[in-house]
Amino acid sequence: MISRRDFLQVGMAASALVGASGFGNWARLAAQQSLTQDQLLQFDTFGNVSLIHITDIHAQLKPIFFREPEINLGVGDNKGHVPHITGADFRKLYGIDDGSASAYALSYNDFTALAKTYGRMGGMDRVATVVNSIRAERPDALLLDGGDTWHGSYTCYHTQGQDVVNVMNALKPDAMTFHWEFTLGTERVRELVEGLPFAALGANIFDAEWDEPSEDFKPYQFFERGGVKIAVIGQAFPYMPIANPGWMFPEYSFGIRDQRMQEVVDEVRAEGAELVVCLSHNGFDVDKKMASRVTGIDVILTGHTHDALPEPVLIGETILIASGSNGKFVSRVDLDVREGRLMGFRHKLIPIFSDVITPDAEVAALIDEQRAPFADKLSEVIGQADTLLYRRGNFNGTWDDLICDALITEREADIAMSPGVRWGPSILPGQDITREDIHNVTSMTYGQAYRTEMTGEFLNVILEDVGDNLFNPDPYYQQGGDMVRVGGLGYRIDVSKPMGQRISDMTLLKTGEAIDPAKTYVVAGWASVNEGTEGPQIWDVVEDYIRKQGTVKVAPNTSVQVVGA
Amino acid sequence: MDFTRRDTLALGMGAVALTVLPFRANAAADDAIAAFTGGAAMADAGVTLTAPEIAENGNTVPISVEAEGAVSIMVLAAGNPTPGVGTFTFGEMAGAHSASTRIRLAGTQDVIAIAKMADGSFAKASSNVKVTIGGCGG
Repeated sequence: MISRRDFLQVGMAASALVGASGFGNWARLAAQQSLTQDQLLQFDTFGNVSLIHITDIHAQLKPIFFREPEINLGVGDNKGHVPHITGADFRKLYGIDDGSASAYALSYNDFTALAKTYGRMGGMDRVATVVNSIRAERPDALLLDGGDTWHGSYTCYHTQGQDVVNVMNALKPDAMTFHWEFTLGTERVRELVEGLPFAALGANIFDAEWDEPSEDFKPYQFFERGGVKIAVIGQAFPYMPIANPGWMFPEYSFGIRDQRMQEVVDEVRAEGAELVVCLSHNGFDVDKKMASRVTGIDVILTGHTHDALPEPVLIGETILIASGSNGKFVSRVDLDVREGRLMGFRHKLIPIFSDVITPDAEVAALIDEQRAPFADKLSEVIGQADTLLYRRGNFNGTWDDLICDALITEREADIAMSPGVRWGPSILPGQDITREDIHNVTSMTYGQAYRTEMTGEFLNVILEDVGDNLFNPDPYYQQGGDMVRVGGLGYRIDVSKPMGQRISDMTLLKTGEAIDPAKTYVVAGWASVNEGTEGPQIWDVVEDYIRKQGTVKVAPNTSVQVVGA
Repeated sequence: MDFTRRDTLALGMGAVALTVLPFRANAAADDAIAAFTGGAAMADAGVTLTAPEIAENGNTVPISVEAEGAVSIMVLAAGNPTPGVGTFTFGEMAGAHSASTRIRLAGTQDVIAIAKMADGSFAKASSNVKVTIGGCGG
């Protein structure tokens, strides 16, 4: 007799095979100039249930360039494990050839050259084609959106999320969970959620006043697919009011609440769920820990930390699927559920190469319709990039170096700070920088660029505090962003140390002097979570700066020294 | 846009009254524990303390405690200048041995719950609650 665990491991092997046939071939196929839509979508339909997962689109309706991180350090038990493996090590782990299409999609090296070869990725019209293709093979496949959908572009900001809602509705999702959506404010979130033709889920979304599950979001939704009773449980981003401005949605409380998750899993199992899927915005390491503490979840569709993994990760009897960000990937997970339990699965992380996958005409027209009223504003060229502009990475990216330069120059500051968010597409050297491009890396409902004074001691407190959000060895204390990016300030960080001891050698770059704890410095930054923050919008500050520069060149940043990794 | 010095100081992250350095358990907490238990040993199991890993608002942190068969449960915020939060007592007819409240935390610290059982034994649970500046979510 074969145990369930054996079945899952057979499933893993089968998955790896599918991964190999999909991934290993791309390099060869691309070399032969024969990367085709059929090959990208090739999948031997398996079992009786299909899940389609997309997450962290950040309102990127059109194809983009998006460079994956070079530095993504894991700490504690997660050190050296995916997703904390990048570049050549990542390619070696998954058998990906240098210079291949999958190397371009999943790692950072030679990004500029590979981007020119393989082109942009994503686009919701291409995603629609992939979803339709899967539905052609499995008409009752579930499409699940992991959130961070209604945020991150010029048009999303100006329509308060309506453009993305309109486009996503055309893809007909079955359920969704949330994070940045809440930064639209309670009133707008309620308005949009009430109009959704699918389930808005969050078992951890609570009423802040009564500390009880919110009535505005269901904890889970049941589906009957392929003769299987499926429960999809939502898990919204746990640290909403901490990582984002809580004053914009004071009615809600969040938190990881893994005891609550266990109660909900037990409840759906008691109601006859044969397959339990958690649609999560916890972040990968938090989901790994939650999977080790909550029993009875078959599949966690992870989100928030923007990791793209070609194979599932197995924790106990739970499989974790990581589907990337910005529309670059769609995951397909086929499951064999029999006799009330998961017997095996097959998985593929489908890369959305925009030049290979034909756009769905209907959705393409719908996207253009959303953008039409803003076309002139979006397309205005502000300057040109001389350097590759990217954001992802634990410590700094050229986009944030540019934003910090803009803040220091335009706001006459000693030091600049830019939040360590993980969204924001890349711009290739030689490419025009349009207004849309600037908004893609800065758009938010609290984008005011503040200018204030801080003591050296408080600057240290900020770096230590944010550092602990990223490098606390217990994932439950991590908020899932990257390190705050700084301009005009150098420092050394030992990621292996506890909070309060990680940061040292803080230096004011313009003088080369050590930061004096008692001295006051002029600091410019943006994305403060505090109510009443005043200043010009960050995108206007950056636009003014780029316009003056004409061609933007960003020097390599060597001011952060990282040790203990 | 121009700012006066007074304006800028009032802005954004300049609202720095929030202290975020970790607070250590102080002698007052140890004294309170000793007074409650009389120095008796405390079991690791038997009391459940539910608290957020990171407080959404350090000024009002929801916590709950539960200990089947307890006659009383003492709650301490070990890093507060005055650690005592309260002691919940349960009579013989109590249907449930649980309580919920909201507490104020001066900074990142351990919250401690100690249950006194009907047989005179004690059980302890503690949970580290982080109070953070936040503001950099991915």
